[in-house]
Amino acid sequence: MDVEKVLFIIFGIVALASALNILLQRSPLYGALSLIGTLLALSALYMTLRAQFIAAVQIVVYAGAIMVLFIFVIMLLNVPKDQPQIEKQKGLRYLAIPFAGLLIAEMFFVLRPIRLSTLPPIPSGNAEQAVGTTWSIGTALFTDYLLPFEVTSVLILMAVVGAMVLARREGD
Amino acid sequence: MANLLLEWVIKTIVILLILVTAVAYVTLMERKVMGWIQLRVGPNRVGPWGLLQPLADGLKMIFKEDIVPTQASRWLYILAPALSLIPALMTFIVIPYGSEINLFGHRVELHVTRMNVGLLYILALTSVGVYGIVLAGWSSNNKYSLMGGLRSSAQMISYELALGLSIVSVLLYTGSLDLVDIVEKQGGWPGHMGWNIFRFPLMIVFIIFYIASLAETNRTPFDLPEADSELVAGYHTEYSSMSFVMFQMAEYLNLITASSISTTLFFGGWNGPFVGRLPFLGPVYFTVKVLALIFMAMWIRYTVPRFRYDQLMRFGWKVLLPASIVNIIITSTVILFLR
Repeated sequence: MDVEKVLFIIFGIVALASALNILLQRSPLYGALSLIGTLLALSALYMTLRAQFIAAVQIVVYAGAIMVLFIFVIMLLNVPKDQPQIEKQKGLRYLAIPFAGLLIAEMFFVLRPIRLSTLPPIPSGNAEQAVGTTWSIGTALFTDYLLPFEVTSVLILMAVVGAMVLARREGD
Repeated sequence: MANLLLEWVIKTIVILLILVTAVAYVTLMERKVMGWIQLRVGPNRVGPWGLLQPLADGLKMIFKEDIVPTQASRWLYILAPALSLIPALMTFIVIPYGSEINLFGHRVELHVTRMNVGLLYILALTSVGVYGIVLAGWSSNNKYSLMGGLRSSAQMISYELALGLSIVSVLLYTGSLDLVDIVEKQGGWPGHMGWNIFRFPLMIVFIIFYIASLAETNRTPFDLPEADSELVAGYHTEYSSMSFVMFQMAEYLNLITASSISTTLFFGGWNGPFVGRLPFLGPVYFTVKVLALIFMAMWIRYTVPRFRYDQLMRFGWKVLLPASIVNIIITSTVILFLR
């Protein structure tokens, strides 16, 4: 068995186990920590696919910025771990099973063609231009996907301004 | 392949040993510099000039009792120091400290590995390093620790933005995220005028970067997470023995790493006079520059008072962040007109 396969199995197990742990944990802080574990394992999986840029950005953005905010809020509110605030609407739990089934069916529908195809071969001697490196993502963003990229930035700006308006206290 | 793997392992072990020793002696340097700035002598009893003081400190710390508070979340409490130490140790593998030397008839490149996302790798590790402090604050079950952890996470998120954006200006000049490339691009004529610090907008960028990196490493004037006068000792109030040492080590490692990154990005890394002919001078120049920057951080620590918390936040969001964004625009304009 080659090294990449071993790494894939190890980090795949870590990702799945910590994802499962998110569901099983009652304490929100431990749940958030398990999510970080999943994100780190996913980043390692990207690394085995030689998508170094995506791996690094995964950690910087998700594990580094977003999850720190999550944990910050959890710590600030300091939810007691014995009394989870769920079970308010009992009817919803019967809807959960069909929806989960639908999601899994959708996932199989989307993933089936991917399993059949193989990864694009890594160009020998020109690792810079492989899929998932800084070069290839930068080039794609600023040529083929320029318009969506710029539109997204406007969208984010709108979200930022909206958040500021919502968070501002009256009379400020 | 096996040969290459062996080389990596040896380099990693050597770097680890050097770093751990360096951390011990940076603490001594800190105390000596503090003494000197405050017109005192500093530690001078253990060995000549107090050179064995770090050893004595280490021995003392090992023999202390390791205490876990009764109401603490036990596993997180034990895990937290490791979570802050390990990322601090991991950063150093991408930092180049020399070009290439001949060792026993074998060409050795003086960096552990080069990645084409080296800088992002460092940013990723610094952002993960926050968790150690935050979780230490939370798991200690102590209000001062919790305040320290909360402050630390807010501070690091705020200053990471300025840090990341100030690096963008450097990237615009060098066009690469690989630290080896960045150093080689600064190697111009007689080996020092090519440094990024001598290029027009990058001097200002360096000031932003340096302030943000002081905040990221929790150094005074940004040591709010452990502000002694209000929070006892902040996030590591409850820690003792080796777990306390791990936090201290992480703090000094972060100082060394931040200085090394400043050296790499702005001061030409291992570049210096005659380094082309005598490549073993590279690590020497690198060490001298890093030590100078560490000294500067200590100088700032003992001369500048601590920020108030609202000042810290206002400074980060309303001064540093806009300044770094404006700098990106200026840098791009300068590059556009120079080419």
